[in-house]
Amino acid sequence: MTDAIVAEGLVKRYGSVVALNGLDLKVPEGTIMGLLGPNGAGKTTAVRVFTTLLEADEGSARVAGLDVRGQADELRRNIGLSGQYAAVDDNLTGFENLDMVGRLYHLGRARSRDRARELLERFDLSDAADRPVKGYSGGMRRRLDLAGALVAKPSVLFLDEPTTGLDPRSRLGMWDVIEELVKGGTTLLLTTQYLEEADRLADQIAVIDQGRVIAEGTADQLKDQVGGERLELSVATAAELGTARTALGGLAVGPVEADERQHHLTVPVAGGSAVLMEAIRRLDAESVKVLDIGLRRPTLDDVFLTLTGHHPDSDSAEEQEK
Amino acid sequence: MKLLQALADGAVVAKRNLIKIKRVPDLLVFSTAAPIMFVLLFAYVFGGSIEIPGMDYREFLMAGIFAQTVLFGATITGSGLAEDMTKGIIDRFRSLPMARSAVLVGRTTSDLVNNALVIVIMMITGLIVGWRIHSSPLEALAGVALLLLFAYAFSWAMAWIGLLVRSPEVFNNASFIFIFPITYIANTFVQSDRLPPVLRHIAEWNPVSAVTLAARELFGNTSPLQTPPDVWPLQHPVLASLGWVVVFLLIFVPLANYQYKRAVAR
Repeated sequence: MTDAIVAEGLVKRYGSVVALNGLDLKVPEGTIMGLLGPNGAGKTTAVRVFTTLLEADEGSARVAGLDVRGQADELRRNIGLSGQYAAVDDNLTGFENLDMVGRLYHLGRARSRDRARELLERFDLSDAADRPVKGYSGGMRRRLDLAGALVAKPSVLFLDEPTTGLDPRSRLGMWDVIEELVKGGTTLLLTTQYLEEADRLADQIAVIDQGRVIAEGTADQLKDQVGGERLELSVATAAELGTARTALGGLAVGPVEADERQHHLTVPVAGGSAVLMEAIRRLDAESVKVLDIGLRRPTLDDVFLTLTGHHPDSDSAEEQEK
Repeated sequence: MKLLQALADGAVVAKRNLIKIKRVPDLLVFSTAAPIMFVLLFAYVFGGSIEIPGMDYREFLMAGIFAQTVLFGATITGSGLAEDMTKGIIDRFRSLPMARSAVLVGRTTSDLVNNALVIVIMMITGLIVGWRIHSSPLEALAGVALLLLFAYAFSWAMAWIGLLVRSPEVFNNASFIFIFPITYIANTFVQSDRLPPVLRHIAEWNPVSAVTLAARELFGNTSPLQTPPDVWPLQHPVLASLGWVVVFLLIFVPLANYQYKRAVAR
């Protein structure tokens, strides 16, 4: 399989702020790559380099086999970009917005019009097609912006934080739309600071922090990297916590964590529900009264915290990239 | 072929900007309300105390008002681009396979059309307060064309600054501070030879003075009792105005294009 996006050692500095610090990335054709990172991690800068809006100071990047520097004109014919803001013109109608984009992709008058109508239909905007965008809701504007990125049926699509600022319902709607559209085999690079979003939409996730990819893989691989399953249980007393710890020590595949104050025990395990059964049997044999017990898999949130030392939705200490 | 494509792209962008004039008519109303107010203030408030030898002050005033109005009109180029920048529309345009020149060509062209509309409204206002054209229709047309051409060249400077400051609010404040002095320290509303020496020199070499005097001459709003100051631009105002147009375009078209190529939203 060939790669639709290849980046090698991208560096971009703004004065003393390093937005990209040697970013490497490969996105195979027809897959969805989620670029996950906090504000200021360099996600938008990376997208801007790939879409020829910015030139990197160092390193190289190719999109759809074309060099972002040397073949920028041809590259632009093969990509679609939907940025962080819905970049639609308030005074134009939905139809006029898409028609304009079609004309600027040089589709010609007739094809631009047909394509605009087709996309409005597909994104459930037909009723609002001839009203100025000014009156659209946030979700409608995003959908229209996304439609704009699809006008020329690009082979590589870039969506920069497509759901930031949307209410939960519009976000779900947007996810459906995005899932639907990549069924056609389009390569998609999606940036997000929402773990759920990456988890649900992306085939591969690249965790980016301070301008570099610090981990990469499927959501499951990333979760495994942090540690597999854990047995978590709560007991009533400190004495019982000690007993439980001894009883379950043999099941642990890593260091056991005990929270003396909350009477809470975390035991890294392997083996799924069989281990859970065994644990309950052992605790029962020792007459430990268990308040709560469960088998947990790490969330992407845990992944993030482990990898970067901070939560994804808290701004990084770095200056924002923008 | 490439040039044709670039012009077609520019036309698409210009059309987009012109739709705004249609959809937001307040814009045209307010871009003409201020100059109309100026006409009334100067004609009826200051007019009585300003003596222009050999002619009525209102005849003298209108060319100055026209020049000021089209320069203010040209600032829309800068605020419009700054606004497109903050809204991410420039980012979208720059990711499209369109001609790199199209956004600037389209923007300056639509602002030229806007200015043409505004100047028609201002001429009607002038006629109502007693301003008359005393030259041939051809000369009068040349006067309008010169004013518009001058504003067009000036709008490229505004384009550069708009892309540089990136915020419509900052741009509007900055342009206000700049446009007022250059349209007042000139022969627009008073005769420049009445100004104190330092201001007089600035006024005489101010490009706005050249275009104002050129318009005055082309509309026939001059009197044999006035002799233009003995400096080259005011002895040859039409030529000097055209010269300024060329200078502006040579400097600011490349600067604006350069800035556009590196423009990204904040």
